[in-house]
Amino acid sequence: MRLKSGIIPILTLAAISLCGYLSIGWAKPPDATGSLKGTVRFEGTAPKPTRIDMSQDPICAKAHSTPPTTEDVVVGSGGALANVVVYVSEGVPAGSYEPPQQPAVLEQRGCQYKPHVLALQASQKLSIVNSDETTHNIHPSPNNNREWNMTQPHGIPLEQTFARAEVAIPVKCNVHPWMHGYIAVFKHPFFGVSDKGGNFEIKNLPPGNYTISAWQEKLGTQTQKVTVGTGESKTLDFSFKQ
Amino acid sequence: MRIQFRLANTAVIVMAMMSCAFSQDSHIGKLVGNAKRGKELYQRYCIFCHGPEGDGRGESAPYLDPKPRDFTKALFKCRSTPSGTLPLDSDLYNTISRGVHASGMPSWKPLLRQERADLVAYIKTFSSSFQEEQPGTAVTIPPEPPDSVDSIKRGAELFESMNCWSCHGKDGRGHGPSAASLTDSKGYPITPFDFTSGTHFKCGDTNQEMFRDLLTGLDGTPMPSFASAMKPEHMWDVVHYIRTLHEKKHSIELKSETQGQ
Repeated sequence: MRLKSGIIPILTLAAISLCGYLSIGWAKPPDATGSLKGTVRFEGTAPKPTRIDMSQDPICAKAHSTPPTTEDVVVGSGGALANVVVYVSEGVPAGSYEPPQQPAVLEQRGCQYKPHVLALQASQKLSIVNSDETTHNIHPSPNNNREWNMTQPHGIPLEQTFARAEVAIPVKCNVHPWMHGYIAVFKHPFFGVSDKGGNFEIKNLPPGNYTISAWQEKLGTQTQKVTVGTGESKTLDFSFKQ
Repeated sequence: MRIQFRLANTAVIVMAMMSCAFSQDSHIGKLVGNAKRGKELYQRYCIFCHGPEGDGRGESAPYLDPKPRDFTKALFKCRSTPSGTLPLDSDLYNTISRGVHASGMPSWKPLLRQERADLVAYIKTFSSSFQEEQPGTAVTIPPEPPDSVDSIKRGAELFESMNCWSCHGKDGRGHGPSAASLTDSKGYPITPFDFTSGTHFKCGDTNQEMFRDLLTGLDGTPMPSFASAMKPEHMWDVVHYIRTLHEKKHSIELKSETQGQ
């Protein structure tokens, strides 16, 4: 009797959660003060960027004083590799991480995506801006999120979100076939994207053992293990080859 | 007290189980489709193209272009719901009934209405999305204004400024500069609609259906939604203009025939 009345609530919970109607809340993570900094480099001779012919849309072509080039491997001085998403792939402390209030911004300028690789949190607002005098369509092709495809003329604001984590969602414009970009989505805030100098930073890390992944759209993913103590600032570098 | 507690718990279990069972059903007007019956029908009529797993990889699939729909992605062209949302049961029912022009998908009107509703219920079981998410809210189609010369003229300007021509071509024949680069979401090449060929659009022939296509886009294809790009009255202008592209070709053909005589 006693056993049965104990089983019933468990069964109830199981039945409800099976239907996906109940999400169980988790405790917030403790205050976190560690950080991870580093540089991503490209080893060897950097591939030459390919020139993009934008002549099919004169508005796009006119936006560039020097010929625009592809951004799939962007190598700066000293082999600095930009647009690499560096993130905690294992060891993320359990917890529900509220997305930041501030929206992530993806701009279409000169008929290219700025930034070319964007990272944001799941359910964080993505503000999409069209600074070009032409009409784009913004069309992500996710595997783990719902696909959408919206036309965006100049100056019309657009806001979207992604519900689930995914590294990384290809984004394209069907009107301008050379336009490609990527959006990486995380359930937590422990990620960064390398800048022109190849530098990245992951802040507010709680102490722990982590696997850190670095993802590059053409060169693949690398991982390293790292232990971060309370308030510790660790350095971690990545190096990619073709 | 204890009995009451148990009763309440049992009620919750039954309700939870019922809601699970409901997500296996389809609701189209007064029709309630049943997935179990739908499965039998699917295995008889649909499996050859859409495959036993519903992933569009049936035995006939290699010979078909465009490829059969992959139901596991829960991504559908013909919807009354916004881009990025699940379709209504009635959207799937309408596609089964109507068929998809210029594809291997025939009209299944020979099946009973109940049978088509059962198929909808079964198709929804191929993706967990239908259990996890609600369908989108159906878009509103305002009354159509008259297709005046001014409306057609505005439509022509929008066809230009909205870059419709990039894919559909300046003359609407589907040979725009971006046409050759287009693929569907599974990477298969896809051809933009040739508006001069007629008005047998994939998701229906009427002006209302054309308007709806502009509003929702055809998810899984390069055809985007114009929901935030244009005001409803301007979408009607585009519909009116697209209609003239077919007539134009028709009149040119008539003309050349007369000249040939």
